[in-house]
Amino acid sequence: MARHHSFRTGAAVLAGGLLLAGLTACGSDDEGEAGGDAVSIPAEGTDDGTTLTMWTRAPLERQAINAVEAYNATHENQVELEILPNDDVEGKVGAAAQTDTLPDILAGDVVRIPYWTNEGIFLDITEQIDSLANLDDLQQGHIDAGTIEGGKHTLPFVTDISVMVWNKDLYEQAGLDPEQGPQTLDEFVEHATAVAALDQEGVAGSYLAGQSGGALVFKLLPSIWASGGEPLSADGTEAMMASDEATAVYSAYRQLAEIDNGLGAGSRDETGATWTAPFQEGNIGVMPYPFTAVTGMFEDGPFEVGVAPIPGVDGGGSTFLGGDAIGISRSSENAAQAWNFMAWLMSDEAQQTVFADNNDTAANLTVLAEGYADADPRTAIANATVADGRTPVAVNFNEAFNAAGSPWQLLIQDAVWGDASTIEAHNDAINAILAQ
Amino acid sequence: MAAEVAATAVRRAVRTPSPRGRKDALRGWAFVAPTAILVVGLFIVPIGLVAFMSGSDWSLMGGNRGSNFPDNFTNVLADPLLGQSVSFTLRYTLLTTLILMPIAFLLALLVQEARRWNNVLRTAILVPSALGIASSSLLFYALYSPQVGPLNPILDQLGLMDVRESILGTANGALWATVVLVVWRFAGYYMILTMVGLQAIPGDIYEAASLDGASKVTQLRKITLPLLRPTIAMTMILSITGSLLAFDQFYILTKGGPNNETMTIVLLIYKYAFETKKDLGMAAALSVLVLVALVVVNLFQLRALRGRDKD
Repeated sequence: MARHHSFRTGAAVLAGGLLLAGLTACGSDDEGEAGGDAVSIPAEGTDDGTTLTMWTRAPLERQAINAVEAYNATHENQVELEILPNDDVEGKVGAAAQTDTLPDILAGDVVRIPYWTNEGIFLDITEQIDSLANLDDLQQGHIDAGTIEGGKHTLPFVTDISVMVWNKDLYEQAGLDPEQGPQTLDEFVEHATAVAALDQEGVAGSYLAGQSGGALVFKLLPSIWASGGEPLSADGTEAMMASDEATAVYSAYRQLAEIDNGLGAGSRDETGATWTAPFQEGNIGVMPYPFTAVTGMFEDGPFEVGVAPIPGVDGGGSTFLGGDAIGISRSSENAAQAWNFMAWLMSDEAQQTVFADNNDTAANLTVLAEGYADADPRTAIANATVADGRTPVAVNFNEAFNAAGSPWQLLIQDAVWGDASTIEAHNDAINAILAQ
Repeated sequence: MAAEVAATAVRRAVRTPSPRGRKDALRGWAFVAPTAILVVGLFIVPIGLVAFMSGSDWSLMGGNRGSNFPDNFTNVLADPLLGQSVSFTLRYTLLTTLILMPIAFLLALLVQEARRWNNVLRTAILVPSALGIASSSLLFYALYSPQVGPLNPILDQLGLMDVRESILGTANGALWATVVLVVWRFAGYYMILTMVGLQAIPGDIYEAASLDGASKVTQLRKITLPLLRPTIAMTMILSITGSLLAFDQFYILTKGGPNNETMTIVLLIYKYAFETKKDLGMAAALSVLVLVALVVVNLFQLRALRGRDKD
């Protein structure tokens, strides 16, 4: 019996040992501080034939491939790109962070960048970013997203902006000026109401992705910025989603939800998977929209599309600087080479060949203004919005806004279709998450 | 006195086993060692790791930052989503089990006898079970899609919903849509299990009952159902445990929406870990709570089953 007992004890000790070994391997006590250590990297980086690894997410595959192919063709360093399915990014980056197997270069959804930066995923490259000759010319949203306590960690990778689009054919039928999009929120409601009044089968004034927190911030926050409001405090720990400017925006959509055909059928249930389809099918009068999805319709679309900045209550215009920001991971042993790629990507030449020449939105304001000479004139209108564009910065932004069932999503459900008196309570719920 | 002497002898024998006894014991351990190592490596260590994580401040990106007991548990219990997900998971489990079990039983009765077309029927009913639950969910996601699915126009024609509304867009629509998928996917599997139970009932019992003049309904009530009880109990354990742990179908079809109204417990664990909180400690704490609950549920079920066996 004693022997049996000692065997059991031995087995328990073995199991405990294995457990502790696992825990030691998984733990990272000396890492994970906000912002990686500053490193010494030459201003231009190093181009010595090193093979670099890079991760990006599937929605940006085309732009990422364009960038990597252009770099690999002109440099000794070679970047090996791995495309991650959108839903797998967080898990894969988390697992790699805990085992120090992150790639050299990591691109991620800009609204998740503050969290990643706060968790120490990226190296602090303040000195390198500040030494960029054209720093003032780069859109700031993606740099702000990766800035913690003055330390800069990220640069813009792919910029995806939101614009107001309208169907010129439907505008004409509704007796509106097809060349003049809405310049205030009231005009937006007026135009959408006029299209709704056409009472055509399947046609609606506007459209909202009511169950997609990500699409909702992309569409609605620019109106708040354009109205002079702020959705978040500067440190990202407090939401102001019950402000006058914000409630005016919800009210505009509520007016449309309350009339026949004001918001397209399915708006309340739309999870975001198909929110661009109704406009592309020619069934929506006017709505905020991703610019990347509208450029393909300029030549081949079944109807004429108008493009303008997303207006505020009394005018103005803004855009959501979405897309992905890019940084060097803390696991990288090739930081100087990785910086060579990033510094090159910020150059006017790379911004022109990688983005402008492919009709994608550049991060460089000069290229945005001058690099699209042969492009459709509507591209210039969209590009001009970048200078006034913003990216919301909060460590817990994803949980508070983007996640399915987030308090922001519930706020919009109530503000547009339900009990609008709950806006303040939903804002408190957002605050509780942001303050964590 | 004799009993005491015998007991002392047994104790001595246990304390000081004979060389032969020791050899047998060693041989015994050698036989069970490979399995024991597997059990320790694959079950005990992971459970221990989850238990340890449940008491730690363990973020997805930052790793283990030290003890956090009992905050992970109190945070989980304070989350309003927990009550919502427990309530929904129980409702889903009840619905699925109440619908799936009778359908599987009826299907088994339908195809158990060797009739001409029964082999074709059995295969047809079993085919969905050969598909993975994720593949099945993706298939149904396309079917339910208001953009490309064939169901919306049909429901629109019947006046049941607008062609552009989403079947998965309302809480009830999403729940029933998922129940339909699960019944389609698992009915064949449970049918086979039930058929095995049915075929284990000796035919001569039915013959004797027929000679005594018992009708088919009486035979079903007095012979089939009582003798099938262990099989029904087993399939119920499988269905209840499987439904309580539902994840894939909801992850693909609804992501817990709309407005968190189809949030299952395991989906909530996933959200804690990878989507909203990015907190592996909280996810582990909820996993521990689910583990304890499942052990209790299964203990009750097994006890009830054993009680009936004794009867």
